[in-house]
Amino acid sequence: MSALTLTNIQKSFGGNQILKGVSLDAQPGEFIALVGPSGCGKSTLLRILAGLETADSGDIVIEGREVSQVQAADRNIAMVFQSYALYPHLTAAQNIAVPLVMRRLTRTQRIPFVVPLMPGHRKAVADIHRDVREMAASLKIDQLLDRKPGQMSGGQRQRVALARAMVRRPAVFLMDEPLSNLDANLRVHARGEIVELHRRAGVPTVYVTHDQAEALSMADRVAVMIGGSLLQLAPPQVIYDDPQHIEVAKFVGQPRINLIASQVEENGIIALGAERCVLADRSLPADSQVTLGIRPEFVQVSRSGEAGLPAHVDRIEFLGSEIIVYCRLDGIGETMIAKVTPAEGAGLASGAPVRLSASAEHIFVFGADGTRLASAPLAENAIREAVHG
Amino acid sequence: MADMAASPIGAIPVTAKARRSVAERHEARAGIMLSLPAIVLVFLFIILPVAAVIFLGFTNFELGYSGFEFVGFENYVEAFGDRTFQKSLGNTIVYAAIVTPVSIFMALGLAMLIEAEGIGRSFFRTAYFLPVASLLVAMATVWQYLFHPTIGPINTMLAMIGVSGPNWLGSAGMVLYSLSIIGVWQSVGFNLVLFLAGLTAIPRELYAAAEIDGAKSSWDRFRLVTWPMLGPTTLFVTTISIINSVKVFETVKTLTEGGPNKASEVLLYTIYQEGFVYLRVGYASALTVVFLAILVVLMFFQYRVQDKQVHYS
Amino acid sequence: MSPNGFNFGRVVRLSILSLGAVVFLAPYIFMISTAGKAQSDIFTSSLNLIPQHWFYVENFTKAWSRVHMPTLLFNGVIVCLMILVIQVVIAIPCAYAMAKLKFRAAKAMMVLVMLGLLVPIHATALPLYVGFDRIGALNSYAALVAPFSISVFGIFLFLQFFRAMPDDLIHAARLDGMSEIGVIARVIVPNAWPAITAFSIFSVVAHWNDLYWPLIVVSNQAYATPPLGLLYFRAAEAGDDYGALMAATLIITSPLVGAFLIAQKRFVEGITMTGLKG
Repeated sequence: MSALTLTNIQKSFGGNQILKGVSLDAQPGEFIALVGPSGCGKSTLLRILAGLETADSGDIVIEGREVSQVQAADRNIAMVFQSYALYPHLTAAQNIAVPLVMRRLTRTQRIPFVVPLMPGHRKAVADIHRDVREMAASLKIDQLLDRKPGQMSGGQRQRVALARAMVRRPAVFLMDEPLSNLDANLRVHARGEIVELHRRAGVPTVYVTHDQAEALSMADRVAVMIGGSLLQLAPPQVIYDDPQHIEVAKFVGQPRINLIASQVEENGIIALGAERCVLADRSLPADSQVTLGIRPEFVQVSRSGEAGLPAHVDRIEFLGSEIIVYCRLDGIGETMIAKVTPAEGAGLASGAPVRLSASAEHIFVFGADGTRLASAPLAENAIREAVHG
Repeated sequence: MADMAASPIGAIPVTAKARRSVAERHEARAGIMLSLPAIVLVFLFIILPVAAVIFLGFTNFELGYSGFEFVGFENYVEAFGDRTFQKSLGNTIVYAAIVTPVSIFMALGLAMLIEAEGIGRSFFRTAYFLPVASLLVAMATVWQYLFHPTIGPINTMLAMIGVSGPNWLGSAGMVLYSLSIIGVWQSVGFNLVLFLAGLTAIPRELYAAAEIDGAKSSWDRFRLVTWPMLGPTTLFVTTISIINSVKVFETVKTLTEGGPNKASEVLLYTIYQEGFVYLRVGYASALTVVFLAILVVLMFFQYRVQDKQVHYS
Repeated sequence: MSPNGFNFGRVVRLSILSLGAVVFLAPYIFMISTAGKAQSDIFTSSLNLIPQHWFYVENFTKAWSRVHMPTLLFNGVIVCLMILVIQVVIAIPCAYAMAKLKFRAAKAMMVLVMLGLLVPIHATALPLYVGFDRIGALNSYAALVAPFSISVFGIFLFLQFFRAMPDDLIHAARLDGMSEIGVIARVIVPNAWPAITAFSIFSVVAHWNDLYWPLIVVSNQAYATPPLGLLYFRAAEAGDDYGALMAATLIITSPLVGAFLIAQKRFVEGITMTGLKG
């Protein structure tokens, strides 16, 4: 049974369709990263999942229970907000205790002064104190417990927000860009920590981010959302190596994937310089427009020879372990980015003429509607076969 | 300028320091020049008069008579033994004790309703705020008509449902409450606008967090988020409301002249009568010192609470 | 939160708000209605909002002739304007110096300002009155304006506002060769309009409505401000001529109420700003 299933979620704001029927599922203990550019609807989806907003249509099932009509408080979820949303008037300890106090104590027990008189109350309060301390210890924020959010750094606030979400065992853990307010160093460190916490707690997590590197490095599976649609849900490696949509390919990967407009030749053959690949579906008519995608690390730059597309080096970025070479294709003037090792890039300079090539197995073919078209490299003998057969 | 002479001995540091001190002096002189008019006027119209009031409070100075003598605390002894002043102080406290909480909670309630309601936001705000922008002396006159025991609309309305209305401004038992009604009517809008600003400033994510943390009812969310987040606003509104009700004067002067039978005698009205009608400046100064002391205590109280309770960052 | 519950909550909410608005606006409604009624009309049917005999012209003529309305309104405008201009001209340089310049007296000034915030005109009125009496300056615009020439509240408000302005802005202006006065006139003031507007609204509302000080220093009708004039009118109009009284009230309240209705967004912003800063 899935821990969480969303089916065909739709949502419009004033005639503007934000979510165009999104479906998603999470296995028990799974870490799902929901990634996409800002405005793609990922935060709205998370808020609908949390119960902070209502979907126009679609089902939400958490641990086998349909919760579309259930209040946020009763969905048994926990959430970390982008701004952390800590209560500024409460200390860290009190902040962390809120979810427990709200759930474990009755309304009368929560009234100050009446409290100590109620039977069983002392035990409940002591339990809450103990749980808060344990949680704080596991996140190493014991020394912050008496401070108010205003007296903490961003990183400390983020930890308190995590503690508040994790102190109770929720069915699902939601995080809305929890690292975006941290500085770069801290962010990379916090990634590892969240993954580790998730591994220990084993609670299925939906993590919203606009940072593709964060999504790829943290998640078991990545869900790429663009323009209100979920384009692909797959493990990070698959998202990167086998994007099913041109938008996914464009969004994931740094530097960005190279895209070249091209046309289908006879029998579904597509050529890029000397390299050829063939579409699985050969019925696509000749001259159909397609787009070829090649990751920068698969672009080979050679300073001599006749093979490959002629180009000139525009600009070179030295990044230490690698070099990014920006080239301009002769004739069509399109920019191609290549990622090469310092050895391969040695001697390259702006303005130098080069030849660019990529092996056919690394070429993605996308149709006019952006979807990926299955293709395979075409060997020399197969070409002849294809042409003649 | 004698900056070199004033600077400490030593070769290079001297020039550096001397140079900085030239700039500093220039800046300091500019600062003094720019604030001089303000300083002079503060002394002339605030410090000096306050000192004079405290001083005069110990004398028997009366306008029209030349010369005066020190009477020590006699004015204060007289004041606190005087039925009129006791009554006046008591009435002011009762008035403040009614107007402050009623206008605050009414304003808070209305602000939350307006905030929750999408439509008519600016209309309601305008309607409740209008009394703040209106000339109080003029509107008091309107209230006098509304409160008129025989031809006033309020009593006419009450008569329609078979209740014979009171003599709102004319009976000793009623007058202070009637003035309080006007006081509330006049101050709700001001508090409301401040509460609205306070409510808008609360981050939406806090309410979302509260919902997820299990605050199911709107009361729970009010207790967990709204009320504490409004803390600074509430404190400010409370202080300003108390101070404004201690300063009640216009309605009393316009409508009742402290009557009937001193039932609406309030602090400022008593000071006005003693000082500017009977011209007993010494005695009125002593009363003014009492009035000022009340304001100081209120402000001090506000600062204390502010430091302790509602200071979040 | 079923749709039904939502609707129910909304109906309750809107009913409370509307009822409250009617109560709060009732004085204005009755003011406008009564200003058009004849004496007999007022005595017989106070709940009829539409006058039976259209008496507006008579009542307004009476109100206009008994007290010299143009003088009142003119005095109100001139006094408020003088107070405002002097307050701003005095307070802005002082607040700028306190916020952005280092000088020894700045700390002492801060203490003065905080103390000054505590002291209303009611507390200083006695010695000021004695003083103005001694120099024979009662019954003059000077007496009406002078005590308010300094607004510590203004200094405080501008101080808060200027502190939030970036220092670099001022450094840049100085590097461009501006004097301190130049910095104030060409950099500070153009960037401080929100604060100046807010303060202006606060100041004008306060002094247009002030009764206490004019009542003390003015006994000559020629210098009466609107609240004082209305007080005279009431005294002269002893009795229950509510028609004329309401007409006079209407004339005297309308300038500020009109200004508020036209620029209410600014009013509310101004009050919020002055309120939260103060």
